[in-house]
Amino acid sequence: MNFVAEFLVSAALIVSGIFGFVGSYGLLKLKHTLQRLHAPTKATTLGVGGVLIASMIFFYADTGHISVHELLITLFLFLTAPITANFIAKTHLARNLRRNELPESTGDFGWSVYDDPPETRLDT
Amino acid sequence: MLTRLVPHPLLSLTLILVWFGLVNTFTLGNLILGTAFGLAIPMLTAAYWPDRPAIARPLKIAEYALIVLWDIVVANVQVAMIILFRREAEIRSHWIPVPLELTSAEAITVLAGTITMTPGTVSAMLSADCNSILVHCLHTDDPDKVLHDIKTRYERRLLEIFP
Repeated sequence: MNFVAEFLVSAALIVSGIFGFVGSYGLLKLKHTLQRLHAPTKATTLGVGGVLIASMIFFYADTGHISVHELLITLFLFLTAPITANFIAKTHLARNLRRNELPESTGDFGWSVYDDPPETRLDT
Repeated sequence: MLTRLVPHPLLSLTLILVWFGLVNTFTLGNLILGTAFGLAIPMLTAAYWPDRPAIARPLKIAEYALIVLWDIVVANVQVAMIILFRREAEIRSHWIPVPLELTSAEAITVLAGTITMTPGTVSAMLSADCNSILVHCLHTDDPDKVLHDIKTRYERRLLEIFP
């Protein structure tokens, strides 16, 4: 593996390490559950993204083939990470906050944790 | 005949590409197997996914993905700066209710996922009639600007993709 590839792999790994660290530090520093939720969404984007870019460069320099597994990992992460974050946010809202602590929704119906949906669903 | 055999060409194409990504090598056998999956899976799952939204302009998806990726990188740096250099008492978090013009469940899911994946904002909840989405913003001095960004950068483009 030549010097340029080694340099790029190291740079990508360092960047991902920094963002992973900042994400964990944010988890410690921030006080409220919903603020803390912002930290891991960062670790899964640039933190993991840096490792995946390093991996693609490494395998391309090592074997000469372009590996696309990393792109799939990115795709699957982007599909699943928001769902987890939404579960945590909704659980927190349902257990710890009352409806008058949140701003009003802009429509006729309130937020779905506290309000029942309309009789006929709009999107069916 | 062709539309009956391939009811969702974009979904079929995506499945073939994902298959190639999984096996990681391009051979004729994999092309045939991937095409078989790409044709069979949409047909087998059609009954469980009624009212799939039509996608008006497929090329807009690529534009949207690139913009979101760029925003993720920019927002990552901004949030890292907030976490590292702001004192805890200086961080002003806001709840921002965002009125939605999107109607299909799939489009709203994409928007909510985008809001969560761009660091600094997390989509927390939909209103019961799916007409607005509640966004939690880690730190901003101007909640209206965040609202404006979500509406113009993401929702306007999604409206073009999912008419």
